[in-house]
Parts: sequence; structure tokens; C-alpha cells
Amino acid sequence: MSEQPRSMLSEEAVRKVARLSRLAIEESQIPRYADQLSSILQHIEKIQELDVEGVEPMAHPLPLNNRLDDDVPTEGMPIEDLLKNAPSVRGDYISVPKVLGEGSS
Amino acid sequence: MKNPRKQTCVEIANAVRSGERSAVDVVEKTLAVIAANNESTNAFREVFHEEAMDSARLIDAKVARGEDPGRLAGVPIGIKDNIATTEGTTTCGSRILEGYRSPFDATVVERLRLEGAIPIGRTNCDEFAMGSSTENCAFGTVRNPWDTSRVPGGSSGGSAAAVGSGMVPAALGSDTGGSIRQPASFCGCVGLKPSYGRVSRYGLVAFGSSLDQIGPLTRTVEDATLLLEVMGGRDRRDSTSADQAIKDVVPQSRIDLEGLRIGVPRQYVQSGANDPDVQACVDEVVGKIEVAGGRIVEIDLPLTDTGISTYYVIAPAEASSNLARFDGIRYGHRAEDDGSGLEQLYARTRAEGFGPEVQRRVMLGTYVLSSGYYDAYYKRALQVRRLIKNEFDRAFESCDILLGPTSPFTAFELGGKPDPMSMYLCDVYTVNANIAGICGVSIPAGMDQVDDDGRSRPIGIHLQAQAFDEAKLLGVTAALEEMLEFDDTLPS
Repeated sequence: MSEQPRSMLSEEAVRKVARLSRLAIEESQIPRYADQLSSILQHIEKIQELDVEGVEPMAHPLPLNNRLDDDVPTEGMPIEDLLKNAPSVRGDYISVPKVLGEGSS
Repeated sequence: MKNPRKQTCVEIANAVRSGERSAVDVVEKTLAVIAANNESTNAFREVFHEEAMDSARLIDAKVARGEDPGRLAGVPIGIKDNIATTEGTTTCGSRILEGYRSPFDATVVERLRLEGAIPIGRTNCDEFAMGSSTENCAFGTVRNPWDTSRVPGGSSGGSAAAVGSGMVPAALGSDTGGSIRQPASFCGCVGLKPSYGRVSRYGLVAFGSSLDQIGPLTRTVEDATLLLEVMGGRDRRDSTSADQAIKDVVPQSRIDLEGLRIGVPRQYVQSGANDPDVQACVDEVVGKIEVAGGRIVEIDLPLTDTGISTYYVIAPAEASSNLARFDGIRYGHRAEDDGSGLEQLYARTRAEGFGPEVQRRVMLGTYVLSSGYYDAYYKRALQVRRLIKNEFDRAFESCDILLGPTSPFTAFELGGKPDPMSMYLCDVYTVNANIAGICGVSIPAGMDQVDDDGRSRPIGIHLQAQAFDEAKLLGVTAALEEMLEFDDTLPS
């Protein structure tokens, strides 16, 4: 454990979280995000002050149960309606950069 | 005839249903008012001229044939830009969805249409509903119709400005931490956040799925009630929509304030908590309730202040997961393919398409969910969430309704809250309702001090009731509305 308060986010930590977030953040923006995120995290620290021993986490306001629908087929959406929003299309398919093999990452 | 800009949904629907006024006339006048006024506020991003006129003609034909045109016949409604309509483009105020045409209507839109309502256009909002001022919008800042040097609040700022300026009698908003109620209070309209699960979220672009609710912004409590009744109820396409019968929503009559227990949490009114004008307005409302025979009960909600901290763990966590779908593959903006591979394409697409506030929240959410921090932040926030809900449950044992200001201050200046944390604190009184899933409404109750330029801005009062107790919430709010007689003189 480091001595640094947990809420301080280093520039290196911002680079890591940007990568995990799939955000190509420009290097020049990193210090600003580090400052802002640190200040938000500092405020969030307030939740550390409370005693939550034995409190059941509440993920959702409603009691969540599986809900089964009647097994009735409904109309799907036409392929052309769905493809009209795709940035790159070939035939009935969405076209993407090469995923496997040479030229992929 | 009453100024058409001040007509309510009920008045318009009655006139159209009785044949006194045609839906075509309603839509033509509405389009003209929007054309003349939209430039000053930028409330609407898109207006559906042809589609709205086509819908109006169909309604008039129904009336002519003697068929029932629906309870909202001919009522033009503004739709927040994060709620899907088959007309126009559904962009959520984001470059990443610029040009996106929804292949379907949100359930709320579908239900409104079935009752004869006419979607008239799409209103600007903070990007993905993240903000409290509608300044984080890729398609321009929205301004407050009462004072265009001020913000309209947010994130449903376009909807609030559209109703507050009299362009439309109603608009839809979404509320994740206060995004209907706070702009309603800034723009002088009624804004209702229903209980979580009351209204289907199908077709609402998800931000914080366990917090989001769609609700109406209107000129009267009666209109908000009618819209809730039309939109609410179980929807098989949203598994979190609740089974509670929507019929229970509608108050049989105004609820008499006599003997009613109105809880005023001391944290909502303690010294220094609010601007003096806002505090004076709350005091005046409390005084009037006492005169009307209501019993004021002091309530203690010590976790009021903890709400924002809890929210800024839960909401970004859910957002970082929900917004992962915007990767430039199936829809929306895609970055230029520079041959650096698929993962780089995602990352560059998202950096180009999302604005800074969205990127901040996605990173914050990713951080609090990441290995090593999950227990300290996310799990703990969910535990505090339970404590906040318990606190409300206890409060509602000793009172019927909670009352306080919607916001500690009135509309602030454009650019007035440059750092993210000061913006987040705007929602201090509204956010816990989302965390606990209860219902809340803001109604206009007064105006702040006239400034040197001769302008003043509305003040909103916030009422909250237990989850699924909208009948009580709206019954009491209607009584309060009548008592307060807010002068709804429209901004010039």
C-alpha cells in the first residue's frame, strides 16, 4: 500500500484508466483529467466515513427477479433499417478493419 | 381567446376533441411560435414540420369521422434528444450519434401517439444527459428563456426552455439525478420524476440504468398527471418496468392540506444551505401550508450531503458500462481507419465522438469498477445507497410528503460553474430520490430578486413521496399549486 491518499489519481493511473475505457486521450489532456478526476474522487471519499458494516449492497431500487415473457414470436427489425446507421457496409454486413492476422492489433 | 402560448395539454386536447379547434391549426401555430422563438434559447435541435402536420391531419380526420382521437389529441410535445423517435435523428447531444436515425419509437413516444399527441421536435440536452446546465451539448448551449444570460438547468434544459418559454405545452425529459426537476425549477415549469420502474425506459438511451426515469415537463400538475397516466405502466420491452397498476397514479381529487404531515428536512433549510431568495420562498410556502392546516414536521436526513458522493460512484459506473456500446462499428461516428487496428479504432472513435464531460465520467466509472478499487468505491456506494433508502423509509413513517427547494440557487450564468465538482453539487436535493427510487416533482413557487437589468428567475419547490405513491405526491402538489398561484406570465 502506498502512503499516497487513494483519491489522488496520478497521470500514469489516468493513462491506464483511459486505456481500459477505450479512450485515445491526447497526452496534453492527461494532466487536466488527473486534476479533475482527483478532485471528484476526493469528494467521493465522503462515503468512506460511514459505517457500512453488515449493510446489504443495494444494486437496484426494485427487487429484481427473472421475468419470463410469453413465448410469442414477434416481428424482427428489417436488416436494411438497422444497417442504414452503420458507418461502413458491404452487402448485408457491417464492414470493420481486419481483426485477425497481418495488420491487426 | 386565451393566449395560445399559455394553453395546457388538457385545454388543447379538449378543444381538438370537441372540434372547436383543428389539430392542424394547433400544429401550425406551434411551428410558428417555435420558428419565432427558438433562436433565443436553442431549445429545439430539430423540428418535425411535415411529420407533425401529417399526424395533425390524421387526427382531424378522426374527429371528422366521429372517432375518438385520444386523450391528448393534437397536443404538440417536445422530445428530449435521448429518447428515440422515428422522426429526425436521435443524438443524445453527442457527436458520436450525429445523424443516427432510430428504427423504432421509445415506448413513451408510442403511447403518447396512441392518445393523439404529436411529437413536434427534439430538444437539446447535455451530452448523454450528463450535466446540470445544458452547456455540455455538441449542438450548442441552451439558454434560459427568463434570462438568456443564464443557463436553463440540465440535463433536460431544452425541454424546460421549450415549455418555460411557451413554445410547447409539454416536453419529455429524463432524470438520473435531477435532470427533469432542476431545469423545471430554473425555467418556471412543473417537472416530474416518477418512481423508478413507473415508466418504461425502452427507447431511452441508457445512462445510469438503475437511476434513469423518463418524465414530463409541463405548465400544470394536471398535465403532468395526465402524461404520466398515458406513458406509465408495465412494458414487456423493459423488464424493470413495474407491475403496479398505473390507475393508482391519478389522484381522485386534490388532497386537502388540512391535517397532512409535510416533512421539512432540516438539511434542506439549514443556515447557509440556500441562496436567501430561495430560502425566503421556501419559508413562505411553509407558512402558507400551515395557514391551510397542514402540519409541518421536522425531519432529519443526515445523508442528504452524502448523496452526491454516492451518485458519482454509481452513475459513472453504470455509464461506463452502458456507453461501451458506442464504438463506431454498428452506428454513429467512426474514426478514419489508419490501419492501426480495431482496438485503436474504438479508442479514437470514442475520443473524437464523446465530449470532455462524458469522457471524464466514463473514466471515473471505469476506475471505480476496476480491480482493487471495486470494494472501496462501488460496493461501498451500493451499501450507502441502502442507508439512504432506509433513511427515506424512516422519514415517510412520520410524514406524508417531503418538501424543500429543488435547487439551492436559481439559474446561474452561462459558464458560471467551470469546474465539474461545482456543477455536480447542483443536484444536492434531487439526487437521493434517484438513489432510493422514490418519486419527486418540482413546481414553480416564486421569483428571485429583480437584477439591475430588470430580470428575475423562477424558484422551484421540490416535493418527494414514497416509491409508487404518485397519487399522493400529485394530489398534494395540485393543492399546493392552487394555493401558490404562481404567476405564469411567460418570459417576454
